[in-house]
Amino acid sequence: MKKTVLGALTVASFGLPAMAQDSMDVTLGVLNDRSGVYADLSGEGSVVAARMAVADFDAESKGLNVEVISADHQNKPDIASNIARQWYDQDGVDAILDVPTSSTALAVADITAQANKILIDSGAGSTQLTGEQCQPTTIHWTYDTAALAKGTGGAVTERGDNKWFFLTADYAFGHSLEEETMKIVEESGGEVVGSVRHPFPATDFSSFLLQAQASGADVIGLANAGGDTVNAIKQAAEFGITQSGQSLAALLMFITDVHALGAETAQGLVLTEAFYWDHDDETREWSARFEEEFGSKPTMVHAGVYSGTMHYLAAVEATGSTDGDVVAEWMKANSFDDPLFGEGYVREDGRVIHDMHLYEVKTPDESTGEWDLYKHVSTIPGEDAFLPMEGAGCEFVKAG
Amino acid sequence: MFELLGIPPQVLMGQLLLGLINGSFYAVLSLGLAVIFGLLNIINFSHGAQYMLGAFVAWMLLEYLGINYWWALLIVPIVVGATGVVLEKLALRRLYHLDHLYGLLLTFGVALIIQGLFRNYYGISGLPYNIPSQLSGGQNLGFMFLPNYRGWVVVASVIVCFGTWFVIEKTRLGAYLRAATENPTLVGAFGINVPLMIMLTYGFGVALAGFAGVLAAPIYSVNPNMGADLIIVVFAVVVIGGMGSIMGAIVTGFGLGVIEGLTKVFYPAGSAVVIFVIMAIVLMIKPEGLFGRNA
Repeated sequence: MKKTVLGALTVASFGLPAMAQDSMDVTLGVLNDRSGVYADLSGEGSVVAARMAVADFDAESKGLNVEVISADHQNKPDIASNIARQWYDQDGVDAILDVPTSSTALAVADITAQANKILIDSGAGSTQLTGEQCQPTTIHWTYDTAALAKGTGGAVTERGDNKWFFLTADYAFGHSLEEETMKIVEESGGEVVGSVRHPFPATDFSSFLLQAQASGADVIGLANAGGDTVNAIKQAAEFGITQSGQSLAALLMFITDVHALGAETAQGLVLTEAFYWDHDDETREWSARFEEEFGSKPTMVHAGVYSGTMHYLAAVEATGSTDGDVVAEWMKANSFDDPLFGEGYVREDGRVIHDMHLYEVKTPDESTGEWDLYKHVSTIPGEDAFLPMEGAGCEFVKAG
Repeated sequence: MFELLGIPPQVLMGQLLLGLINGSFYAVLSLGLAVIFGLLNIINFSHGAQYMLGAFVAWMLLEYLGINYWWALLIVPIVVGATGVVLEKLALRRLYHLDHLYGLLLTFGVALIIQGLFRNYYGISGLPYNIPSQLSGGQNLGFMFLPNYRGWVVVASVIVCFGTWFVIEKTRLGAYLRAATENPTLVGAFGINVPLMIMLTYGFGVALAGFAGVLAAPIYSVNPNMGADLIIVVFAVVVIGGMGSIMGAIVTGFGLGVIEGLTKVFYPAGSAVVIFVIMAIVLMIKPEGLFGRNA
């Protein structure tokens, strides 16, 4: 505040451009998994994405002196909370970005609201972030479990694969993904014939896959993530599950996972993503620059960090403030048209509404390179993709 | 006649077979640990990392040199075993006169370093490695579809396990080895190069981990943490079998694979802990392990 006033005074008294005189310091903290299971889909790539956003926004010439710092939260809520507190209280961080793993994201969301800063979450999937545990200063950018369930669950059921069997990771995330998808399946006229909960993490899925095979389901829904999904798909191919007519639906899968499997094993899988590097000219251009800096193609989480940072910086520039409430209000009041996510806006509860896309993994013959993995099946308009705000249980929305 | 808790016999047979397959990995890995502990008194905590190394070296051979699975099966244990030999010569050798704990800490540290390096270079998501074309497809056994590759895993593991047991328990070389651990000075006095033999034994134990890594590469995710996820279970297997007992490691490896497989049908949520529950019970009743020698 003080700086803005000073800047205004400078302009008033000398008639010089404020930006040349006094630049505003903004510190962004990328808090994510840098060494564990989500290190590839978030990790250093998200830091690269945030730095690209700062450069592309041309922050310096707009009077913003932006610094990007990062830390590893190791997917542990207590560690994430400590870092977030230290960043806000001592290191002058104005916004925290990324934060994969729902439990850590929820913890950081609370601390952010108390400190009146901004959390732009890209990596976490829980709908709680904009539901029962919503905060006015939380912006949930990229995806959530409801959108994934809607995209993949809906599309597969409508394709005619009605009978579902779920292979579910036995912890909160798996349960909620399973529950959301079951709802969608039943709404679309499908039927759930069974489910099995596997320990997390698991290496061998053959036993569970055999149970799924015996269930007579048309489709096996994988309500797990990362290495578990990769292992399950690899072994499903081995046990001839896909060849015998049952199909697999990966409910949370990132391009890094598909890349790990290779087109040979992953072909035919249907999955939902908010961003794919080869979607159009703009995503290709941005992804090429990202790859040059980082060494591999971006995930939707990286893309979300980039877009979120752009919109945040626009808010700071427009309002001249880093105050959480002020910035959040501007971000919600102004829609964006983004090279990576297209047109979209931030809903009152903090949910970012943009299109989601349904993709199918290419066969090895169709794929022309190691990252040429998806073909576009359909686009789910943002309004349909995410849960409606009503009934989601977000307190401050009801109050307002 | 097998109908148990409403599980039809076909399903039961299938799960028994699957348990045997998973048991193969436990057996080969715990065998390596048992050889190293039984003959060297080193608790080799880097075993998981060396297993991971096996899978990665197989991937590297294919990716960078175009060397296929079958050659990898031969080359990888030699390469991974060689890294074990280097580790023994440079570091482990200096710890033999100290408490077990020092060897454990050293090998644990080495495991963290190896895993960290691979995570840094190859990321966490894993790398693709396909089943060799000769073993793709499978057999319909009536009660289940048995992928050819899994059948091969069981056969290969059984051969390697019993080959190792035979060499150590029934041959002259094995006799020297066992004698050298009992009384290195005396065996050395007979003109046998004991330090060399110990070094090669460690190398062999590590090579077994590398071999298991190659076997695992086509069916499990090849990622830097693949060994860390498995090693704790394998240690439990070794403890149940009796630390250092070769036959104990083999039999409990296969046996626990089967028990774990059945748990996945009857009570899936318990499949992650069943081996540890058994370990706790065995330790209470027979602390030296089922096949332990130092009763």
